[in-house]
Amino acid sequence: MSSTTEIVQASLARRYKAESRFRLYGIVAISISLSFLAFLLISITYKSIPAFYETQVQLTVNLDAEKLGVGASPDIKAIKTANYSGVIKGALREQFPDVKKRKAKKELYSLVSVGAQYQLRDFILEDPSVIGTEQTIWLIADDELNGLVTAVSDVTDIGDTPTRLSEQQRGWINTLQQQDQVKTGFNYTFFSAGDSREPELAGIKAALIGSAWVLLVTFLVSFPVAVAAAIYLEEFAPTNRWTDVIEVNINNLAAVPSIVFGLLGLAVFINFFALPRSAPLIGGIVLSLMTLPTIIISSRAALKAVPPSIREAAQGLGASKVQVVFHHVLPLAMPGILTGTIIGLAQALGETAPLLMIGMVAFIVDIPQSIVDPATALPVQVFLWSDSPERAFVAKTSAAIVVLLGFLVVMNAVAVFLRKRFERRW
Amino acid sequence: MSTSTTLNDIIPGSPAIQESTKVDDVTAMLDSIEGTVGTTRVENPKMEMREVDVFYADKQAIYDVDLDVARNEVIAMIGPSGCGKSTFLRCLNRMNDTIPICRVTGSITLDGVDINTREQDPVLLRARVGMVFQKPNPFAKSIFDNVAYGPRIHGLAANRAELDEIVISSLKRAGLYDEVKSRLDAPGTSLSGGQQQRLCIARTIAVNPEVILMDEPCSALDPIATARIEELIDELRENYAIAIVTHSMQQAARVSQRTAYFHLGKLVEVGKTNDIFTNPQHDLTENYITGRFG
Repeated sequence: MSSTTEIVQASLARRYKAESRFRLYGIVAISISLSFLAFLLISITYKSIPAFYETQVQLTVNLDAEKLGVGASPDIKAIKTANYSGVIKGALREQFPDVKKRKAKKELYSLVSVGAQYQLRDFILEDPSVIGTEQTIWLIADDELNGLVTAVSDVTDIGDTPTRLSEQQRGWINTLQQQDQVKTGFNYTFFSAGDSREPELAGIKAALIGSAWVLLVTFLVSFPVAVAAAIYLEEFAPTNRWTDVIEVNINNLAAVPSIVFGLLGLAVFINFFALPRSAPLIGGIVLSLMTLPTIIISSRAALKAVPPSIREAAQGLGASKVQVVFHHVLPLAMPGILTGTIIGLAQALGETAPLLMIGMVAFIVDIPQSIVDPATALPVQVFLWSDSPERAFVAKTSAAIVVLLGFLVVMNAVAVFLRKRFERRW
Repeated sequence: MSTSTTLNDIIPGSPAIQESTKVDDVTAMLDSIEGTVGTTRVENPKMEMREVDVFYADKQAIYDVDLDVARNEVIAMIGPSGCGKSTFLRCLNRMNDTIPICRVTGSITLDGVDINTREQDPVLLRARVGMVFQKPNPFAKSIFDNVAYGPRIHGLAANRAELDEIVISSLKRAGLYDEVKSRLDAPGTSLSGGQQQRLCIARTIAVNPEVILMDEPCSALDPIATARIEELIDELRENYAIAIVTHSMQQAARVSQRTAYFHLGKLVEVGKTNDIFTNPQHDLTENYITGRFG
């Protein structure tokens, strides 16, 4: 007896040491991964801040019919094609009457976004009676101006903040600021507009809706197909060489590079079936191919985890195979199946490469209204913006990533909610 | 610690080292078995098994077993672990069908009709021959839905009132109703182990089967819950034929009228429970019930 006690006691210290060492490894590993995650999130969020602000400049515009180039009582078509740009330029000249040189004028005009003329047009379309009057209205400012005023408090003393605005331009901004003619607010345009070459006019909505359509198609195609395949393979399929082959191939499918699915989509759906290019329909189908193995594999694991005693109980009562599966096994496996589905959909949401192949990388300004409209997706939008030269697109890129992550969080929250509803006490 | 410790030092008189039960002897005795000792047949049987062999792939698990299950009788099947008694029990409602490599030959009849034919639907068979398992396995549903499941899938109740009637009477017959009547909506898994097993019995009798098979129904339960189930089995005998597999010889002695002793896939001896336990004919049976091995 005593010898066992001694031997065990001698080894105890070593065993506890091994345990505490392992705990330390674990904590270090978690800290490292958490710090990477925190670094990523903080840096992206910080960079995205300017994209969520929009700066506007207050100008007094003279809506003289002659200056607009329309008649006294113009029809809608005339209003739509009126010379708003000229009116805005006139207003700027009036604001700073001592700007005479051509180059200086050009610099002055560039303080206001080219989108301002559409803003002015919409303003007049809403109430054509303002023609002939003088109106003080807020117009959207250029992206450089927005970037600068959100970055520094005093535009005349910017230190080494990068900007393309000249000293003269900053002087004008300062003047406007002192007269309370510059205001910065939440950037609604970002969430209500499609893509644009002008950063201050570019919005995420088209990509967001595009992604939603793509995911809808992906879910509708992959979920029923994958669950049906998993149930068949797990519960009904005979065990023979064919099922082995199928199983191996499903696992292989999960490892196929995603761009290959894009090529397949291009060759089969666009070239052969002549489905519309750039459409969420094809994007969704292609991403379903990619998502299928993930859902199948996790669904099979979930089905396998249902205790055999439950199947036996139901069979012992005379339930048929289908009744056993649909009354007992599937409900118990549902939380696991949903988890797999959400992992698959999250992958699909972040996938860029296959979408590039099927033309969803096109410059899409309009918000897609259906699954066959040309569209782009969030990760593709990130890719597009990251390629644009304007400084403001750096912020837009980060903001698009934030929106993408937000989309993911919302999706996961829905999944957790569904899981909770399906989960049964065990 | 001294190295000369043997099993005998820990458990004096341990059966493992008894002279008479060396493995070779058992095999020799088993080989010598030609047929079964005792009367395997009864008059007007509920179920008849004739020359039943069971194979798992190439391995034979049951050898040439003849046995009858009488009406309104509890027959106990005892024997050491791995002797095939559970496998044999599962043949009676074709639960072995669910194991792809399992093959059953010979004839098994219920009321004179062979159950292993193509025409015999296993779903119908299992509605007539119910089963209670070793581990309580209530569905992840409410107590009510657990009991109502069988009647529902078979369409035994025409309306909700009839279903209520079936569920309540089944729970009453399983002796569970008074304990759960206030919480029929609670999940079946919230009950204690003994209550869960009675729930499983209630679930089985709700389908109103003709035979009930029980595969070690008390092995996961404490003595009090076991006593409760045993009482229940005795009451159920009035209406059903019951075949029970048990590891506990005391239980076999308490609840059964006939006992069948299995060893290594062979039915060694069968007879009236009293006779088996007081005057076993075969050496293997005697060794088992006197606790020399098991």
